[in-house]
Amino acid sequence: MDRIPILKLRGLLLVTIQVDMHDRLAMQLQDELTTRISETGARGVLIDISSLDIVDSFIGRMIANIAAMARVLDAQTVVVGMQPAVAITLVELGLTLPGVRTALNVDKGMALLEGTALITDADELDAGYAD
Amino acid sequence: MSAATEAAIPRLLSTHQSDLLDEWVREQATSLRSTSKIKESELRSQSAEFLTVLQQATQGGNITDIQGPTYGRVRDMLSDVSRSRSYQGFSPTETAMFVFSLKRPMFARIRKELASDAEGLATVTWAATELLDRLGLYTMELYQKSREEVIARQQEELLELSTPVVKLWDGILALPMIGTLDSARTQVVMESLLQRIVETGAVVAIIDITGVPTVDTLTAQHLLKTVTAARLMGADCIISGIRPQIAQTIVHLGVDLGAVTTKATLADAFRRALDMTGQRDKLNKPRA
Repeated sequence: MDRIPILKLRGLLLVTIQVDMHDRLAMQLQDELTTRISETGARGVLIDISSLDIVDSFIGRMIANIAAMARVLDAQTVVVGMQPAVAITLVELGLTLPGVRTALNVDKGMALLEGTALITDADELDAGYAD
Repeated sequence: MSAATEAAIPRLLSTHQSDLLDEWVREQATSLRSTSKIKESELRSQSAEFLTVLQQATQGGNITDIQGPTYGRVRDMLSDVSRSRSYQGFSPTETAMFVFSLKRPMFARIRKELASDAEGLATVTWAATELLDRLGLYTMELYQKSREEVIARQQEELLELSTPVVKLWDGILALPMIGTLDSARTQVVMESLLQRIVETGAVVAIIDITGVPTVDTLTAQHLLKTVTAARLMGADCIISGIRPQIAQTIVHLGVDLGAVTTKATLADAFRRALDMTGQRDKLNKPRA
């Protein structure tokens, strides 16, 4: 059975969806990703959907859910590499993924996450000295 | 319909082929006299070919069902004729006359052949009339269809032409929109913009609506959809070129553009885009 690999990359988790997302796979990804976030204490999650050509309302909602769950676990989610057709479909379905950050590719997504992650780290450092 | 009637037409076509051809070509030449869109020799060869294929088609006795298999070549021939005539700028009448002008020579032959048999004359004339009418109508249908194809193609070309996506700067795209935005056009605009975002890796896209005469709720909704789709892909959109009247209309209509960056002019939007991509200072320096 297909599995979606979750790679740990420094403080980030990288999820690359390279197979057709079916419903069970999406549920499984949701399970595994939340587990990995809490295990690794990752501060950022990159979901690369550049090879995803077809999307339905369920998968769209799943992406939004995963982002929301990650946020609850204090990790920023960036969805990267969405195809034009997928973007149009999601908009037509009314799933505009509010609160989910997006980037054109993994590189830009990582820059976005590192930018925010560095700032929060610095804040924590300052707080540590103040104590 | 009796077998005699069915046999009469193909017999006529084969025995009097050359006479029919001469008269028919003359007939056509008079109806097309004012125009010189087609050469006499070409007309003659077209007509000769048509008479031959028509004779072959009617040979089997089928003189009513022009959609039947025996009429395959007749239909192909008519489709070529009507298509080429529609491209050459023939009027509908001129195209239809190709088939209809065959009536006079044909009826003259029938009258001569069946002069003594009044009943037979009426039946065969009626059968011939029906056959030629069907073929004429078929020609017109094809003519109409090829004209529609031309219109559809032009519309498509217009769509493509009217939505260029321009690269303004590293990572900045501009989409100057001109003309009224309807659903079909917005779809093309949206697709071409998103496609270009993927290709160029642009971070900011400026949608300039200076050339859009009116904005209604539908147009505004289309714009918002485009902006949202671009955001899903990871690019920010700026809408620029909003004229005072349009700003008023948008507010009166109660359209919420709150989540979208809007600028009055393309220049303002460009400046903002440079800020967003952190390239503002580059503008003042000469490029290395």
